[in-house]
Amino acid sequence: MGFPHPSHPKETVVLSKYFGDAQARSYDGWVKRGGYEALKKALGMSRDAVINEIKESGLRGRGGAGFPTGLKWSFMPKEVTQPHYLCCNADESEPGTFKDREIMRWTPHALIEGCAIACHAIGAEVGYIYIRGEFTEPWKYMEQAIAEANAAGALGANVFGSGKRIELILHRGAGAYICGEETALMNSIEGKRGNPRIKPPFPAAAGLFARPTTINNVETISAVPHILNRGAAWYKGLCLSNPKSTGTKLISVCGHVQKPGNYEVTMGTPMKDLIFEMCGGMRPGRTLKAVIPGGSSVPIMNAEEVDRCLLDYEGVVACGSMLGSAGMIVMDDTTDMVYQIMRLTRFYAEESCAQCTQCREGTGWTHRIMERILAGQGKSQDLDLLLDLADNMTGKTICVLSDSCAAPVVSGIQKFRGEFEAYLSGQRKPALVHA
Amino acid sequence: MSATPSGAATTHATADYQQVFTGATKARLEALFAKYETRQACLLPALWMVQEARGWIPEQGIAEVAEVLGLTPAYVKGVVTFYTMYHTHPVGRHFVMVCTTSPCNMCGAEDVVRALLKATGCGELGATSPDGRFTVVETECLGACGFATPILIDNDFIEGVTPERVPGLIQGYK
Repeated sequence: MGFPHPSHPKETVVLSKYFGDAQARSYDGWVKRGGYEALKKALGMSRDAVINEIKESGLRGRGGAGFPTGLKWSFMPKEVTQPHYLCCNADESEPGTFKDREIMRWTPHALIEGCAIACHAIGAEVGYIYIRGEFTEPWKYMEQAIAEANAAGALGANVFGSGKRIELILHRGAGAYICGEETALMNSIEGKRGNPRIKPPFPAAAGLFARPTTINNVETISAVPHILNRGAAWYKGLCLSNPKSTGTKLISVCGHVQKPGNYEVTMGTPMKDLIFEMCGGMRPGRTLKAVIPGGSSVPIMNAEEVDRCLLDYEGVVACGSMLGSAGMIVMDDTTDMVYQIMRLTRFYAEESCAQCTQCREGTGWTHRIMERILAGQGKSQDLDLLLDLADNMTGKTICVLSDSCAAPVVSGIQKFRGEFEAYLSGQRKPALVHA
Repeated sequence: MSATPSGAATTHATADYQQVFTGATKARLEALFAKYETRQACLLPALWMVQEARGWIPEQGIAEVAEVLGLTPAYVKGVVTFYTMYHTHPVGRHFVMVCTTSPCNMCGAEDVVRALLKATGCGELGATSPDGRFTVVETECLGACGFATPILIDNDFIEGVTPERVPGLIQGYK
């Protein structure tokens, strides 16, 4: 549902059904709502059978990359000759994205149950849930819920009498966007600086503590119990467009809409239905100018692209961007695109781990050029320089933070060039850069 | 489970430094050792414990953590300075983080910053108010973009802050 708003008829409410229902937070409350049936069912199934069900469902990673979840699980060694680990990525830090926070705040047991099922499927006895340091409230509810699940036998040395040990451990981040990158997250758990690792080796071969590891996003894992309860065919049937994108997706909508919030829609739902019907459209007298659909790391879309876009992995790509984590930043006609793009470049410059030269130098340089354009000191060749820099920052580094900084700059110059030129020519008054 | 290498003279054991890892805090840390394959993996939790106890992470705290976990102080410092939530300098009794990344920025976050700097008496970002109560900093995305503008005061995550709400909110923190 469009939490904090009531559910809209065009939503398909699965994961968000109990957002806002404080009774659903407790173990007993969750069991009353059908909780932990899927885990019991999974414990009676073989690892392969669980993995096949998830493969069949078409579930893909909800953290941004969209990698098929069942396939990822199947990369884990069949024989367990050393510890296997699950990492749950709850480091939600992508600007525009705030869905995992609601899952943990309102339905912590949904995540715990999903993690336990995933542990079983990948042959892990221990799972780490890495929660960003700023998420004090989700931490509190997750901590309570894990204690309750242990007390009830849903976690622990002998889960529901199955003889299987599954332990979940919360690990608190300490302020670093990059720790949402999967290998940086593992380094962070290991007590290191959060620098992404060179791949290969991929986590399934050598991940956390160099052991076979699967890492999944909170929303991905929370969908798993529903798939086991209702069947892969049901989940696969939740599809309005491309059959490669199935199920529901939580879309966090923020910015200049009447009703920002988390909306859950079937894959393939038109973006304009979400913005103009579910979210109540723009504020009175305003028109839509731009949308960054997948969290801030993806290309900016203009109004024409929004109008024809279908919300699934392929649909957003067809309109020049990416679904990413589906944190949708909606901008109306009052938005100074140059200023907001500058603010995004500041974000990436601030959050670069500084490991790769192209990123360490490129994000800072890009930010400085954006600032001088806004300060009325831009040079006529600055747009070409930004594009040249962006080219050198794309596809050249260990992780994609550098690419993410380039995406809004390149698409911004392509689609809103006039706004940049107005600052360059002095037609537009210099904007204050700092508060 | 002694983590002290060879009982050598410790760099943190100065007269004015009170150890953090004694009694209940030591027990809390040692209980974590069993949850990870390596002692080093307890580094972020141990640093949180120092900050909880001291309000920031002084050099001696870094040295103490290094000793307890069998690491070098230089290594620990490298980790401390990577993460923005660890304070390497003393801060006000209440630490205020305001999100000003684009989604909040578009919805007026910079006005919230100005209101906070005025109401707390900090005047400048990063500065501590003359009464020692507050330090206000801008932070990158707090992950509550639909509830602009979120702020974090100590462990209290507050959504939908507007300049008008600021004076009232601040009153609750002495």
